[in-house]
Amino acid sequence: MNALAPAPADTSVAAIDKSTVKLDVQNLDFFYGRNQALKGVSIPFAANSVTSLIGPSGCGKSTLLRALNRMYALYPGQKATGKIIFDGEDILKPGVDLAMLRAKIGMVFQKPTPFPMSIHDNVAFGVRLYETLGKADMAGRVEESLRRAALWDEVKDKLHTSGLGLSGGQQQRLCVARCIAVKPEILLLDEPTSALDPISSAKLEETVTQLKADYTIVIVTHNLGQAARLSKFTGFMYLGELVEFGETEGMFTHPLTTRASDYITGRFG
Amino acid sequence: MSTTDVSSSGSADVARRTSPRGKTFDPIFEGLCFAAATALLATLGGVLISLFIGGWPALKTFGFGFLTGVTWDPVKDVYGAAGPIVGTLITAAVALLISLPIAGGVAFFLVELCPQSLRRTIGTAVELLAGIPSIVYGMWGLFVFAPFFARTVEAPLITSAAPGSFAEKLFSGIPNGSGILVASIILAIMILPFMAATLRELLMTVPPQVRESAYGLGATTGEVVMKVTLPYVSRGAVGAVMLGLGRALGETMAVTFIIGNSHDFPHGLFDAGSTIASTIANEFNEASGLQASALIALGLVLFLITFIVLTLARLMLRQPARA
Repeated sequence: MNALAPAPADTSVAAIDKSTVKLDVQNLDFFYGRNQALKGVSIPFAANSVTSLIGPSGCGKSTLLRALNRMYALYPGQKATGKIIFDGEDILKPGVDLAMLRAKIGMVFQKPTPFPMSIHDNVAFGVRLYETLGKADMAGRVEESLRRAALWDEVKDKLHTSGLGLSGGQQQRLCVARCIAVKPEILLLDEPTSALDPISSAKLEETVTQLKADYTIVIVTHNLGQAARLSKFTGFMYLGELVEFGETEGMFTHPLTTRASDYITGRFG
Repeated sequence: MSTTDVSSSGSADVARRTSPRGKTFDPIFEGLCFAAATALLATLGGVLISLFIGGWPALKTFGFGFLTGVTWDPVKDVYGAAGPIVGTLITAAVALLISLPIAGGVAFFLVELCPQSLRRTIGTAVELLAGIPSIVYGMWGLFVFAPFFARTVEAPLITSAAPGSFAEKLFSGIPNGSGILVASIILAIMILPFMAATLRELLMTVPPQVRESAYGLGATTGEVVMKVTLPYVSRGAVGAVMLGLGRALGETMAVTFIIGNSHDFPHGLFDAGSTIASTIANEFNEASGLQASALIALGLVLFLITFIVLTLARLMLRQPARA
């Protein structure tokens, strides 16, 4: 890429304190049919903090995210090999209950995906799958989730209107509320603000900041500023490899690899 | 818009058009399209009017009794169409009842569960089913399916039904394989591919992210289908069902073969009956006078029923639920 610059290290993956690791990806390969989209990715995700995944389009960030809750398993022809250790268990092993797994690892997508039902029912949807709550308890859970997603004040008077009637930014926060209502342990956010206007984006970032105390959050983003603002750790991916991983502050000020440096300084990407 | 300097080419202004090529063609094209559309409307109106004029003598003679009367007797020239009308509605409804769950299953399987390699095979099979001419269904129904059904289903059910029970009423009739239920089953097979294809198209309009969100909350395939995908397409699905119903209402040949062609009001599922279309097909050759008028009036009734069903379908398909 830059022949004149000294090449310090080709890849650099910092180790983090083992006791804080919630989800540990080890040597993960991922295939779309015969196309290999991830090559030997190993990355730890620390509990109660935000980890950003950055890199140019097509580098495998979203693929990695979709491996973490095995969403890819919905599609024949996609497969992952390697290990993903979640609370001591390898979730790539056969026989894992995918529904239970996904209830513990929530996901928010690039575009808002409200279900065709009321705001209240959208939030209650996932809860009803695993818990039997009375009406009052459910109302409490819905309110709590909406509050945590910073949406409550905007929708509290119209909980029984359709979730499809909200603005894009509100719909996305509704999806976050729906996700945390089932009390997952990990939140996967796949470019959650890319379809939102700046004000909605700021609100969603605020939401993520509030949530990180209780959740392990992994966020895929193209917005380097967002990664810098939100996350404690950052992983930079390129062409299916994890090029650099470390504390966000360090990586953004002194990247250890040429490729990460080039990307962060805007030389490509 | 062209700025080409034609005078320098030597051929002077002859080569340069003073107006776009389409200028003469466009009005002709527009006129032809308009004529085609108008001809269609005119045909529809013409059919409706001629049906009404042709059926008027019968409608005038029997009044409202034409719709409610149960006697259809060409010998005495008394025509009450309740039997064929009810036969039409029942066969179409039962056909729908049978084929809807199967069509839904086929569609869900193709969209949600089917491995890629099998998808094309099953899809093609469904299309082939739609391509079989209705007379072939009729023959198959009469020569193969009806005897089989009479032997293995009708006879045992009739003999096992307790006297005086509801089942006895439901299963009354002669177990010869011709009757309302067999006609309904054949109809169900005929409308199945059509409904399966429409439902499949509908299910494919559900954005993958919405399905994934539901899976992402820990829902199983069944829960995703019942609680998210189905509500998402519900309105369109009603439209698909109505279109299937529209087909079932008008189907003639296959039904004429196997419904038994009795003008009496059907009393049970195995009873012989008739539909509007089968009655017309059976009698039109020899009909004259009031009988011909009654048949045309029947046609008018069928036209109106189908028209209502299709209009409802159109209304429901117009606003599919969307994100």
